[in-house]
Amino acid sequence: MSVGYIKAITERYEKLGYAAYQWVQANDPPPFAPLRKPLKDCRIGMLSTSGAYVVGQKAYFYKDDTSTRTIAATTDKRHIHFSHLTENYLPGPRRDPGCIVPVDALQRLAAENAIGAVDPDVISCMGAVYSQRRVREELAPSLLETFQSQHVDAVLLVPM
Amino acid sequence: MCLVARHLEAAGIATICLGSALDILQSGNPPRGAFTDFPLGHTAGPPDDPEQQYRIVRDSLRALDSISTPGDIRHLNVAWPGGDAWRIEAERGDSSDERSPRDTEPRYQTEQDRVLAAAMAGN
Repeated sequence: MSVGYIKAITERYEKLGYAAYQWVQANDPPPFAPLRKPLKDCRIGMLSTSGAYVVGQKAYFYKDDTSTRTIAATTDKRHIHFSHLTENYLPGPRRDPGCIVPVDALQRLAAENAIGAVDPDVISCMGAVYSQRRVREELAPSLLETFQSQHVDAVLLVPM
Repeated sequence: MCLVARHLEAAGIATICLGSALDILQSGNPPRGAFTDFPLGHTAGPPDDPEQQYRIVRDSLRALDSISTPGDIRHLNVAWPGGDAWRIEAERGDSSDERSPRDTEPRYQTEQDRVLAAAMAGN
């Protein structure tokens, strides 16, 4: 039985006096873009919504930050740090960024020709944006533009 | 994440959303999903286990390739090392969740990060 996070986090935030977080409730069928080529020929991009930044970049803030960061896939993992509203989930990523930004795994799949290529840049944002309007109007269009400029066939999205 | 995935798919870019909170993933109803039943913060596997992280990314991309029904969420065959004790803490509505204030102040992992970022920005 999987953990009921919506109920547990809602209760916890209420107890701590935090503003209630409204998760997306999408009842309509999702849009669907079929892969246009075999996986071994696909160029893959990656989005991490874990608030990852490279040392030297500006960290994220916690109130509806819709900015993004570009992280070179070759970045030394010790230089990938995190600023995410849900600080209690960060000890694992801070010990090993690979458990939330699995860029090494993606590159190994490309080296083994299981996928065609990986874009040299991982894209990062901070997932805990309360305003769904700002995600729709600011963050999602900005990310679409980025991934279109990367000419990727598909994107792996990895949240916190 | 699910809103972004839907936006990308509507523009013709295929996506796979990997997630460890099944109820949140189901609520967001992304075009394709892959579920790892792990404590939050470890979506792609336990820390310091590159082999497991590799298998999870590989199987997520296989799900990307093989899911043909919009909204399908593939449950990946994984188990958290050390058993199920983590679930008790995760389910508790009264457990601690201290955090910095929700404002527009950047929250650096270390004070040194703040200094370096300021130097890079020329401040």
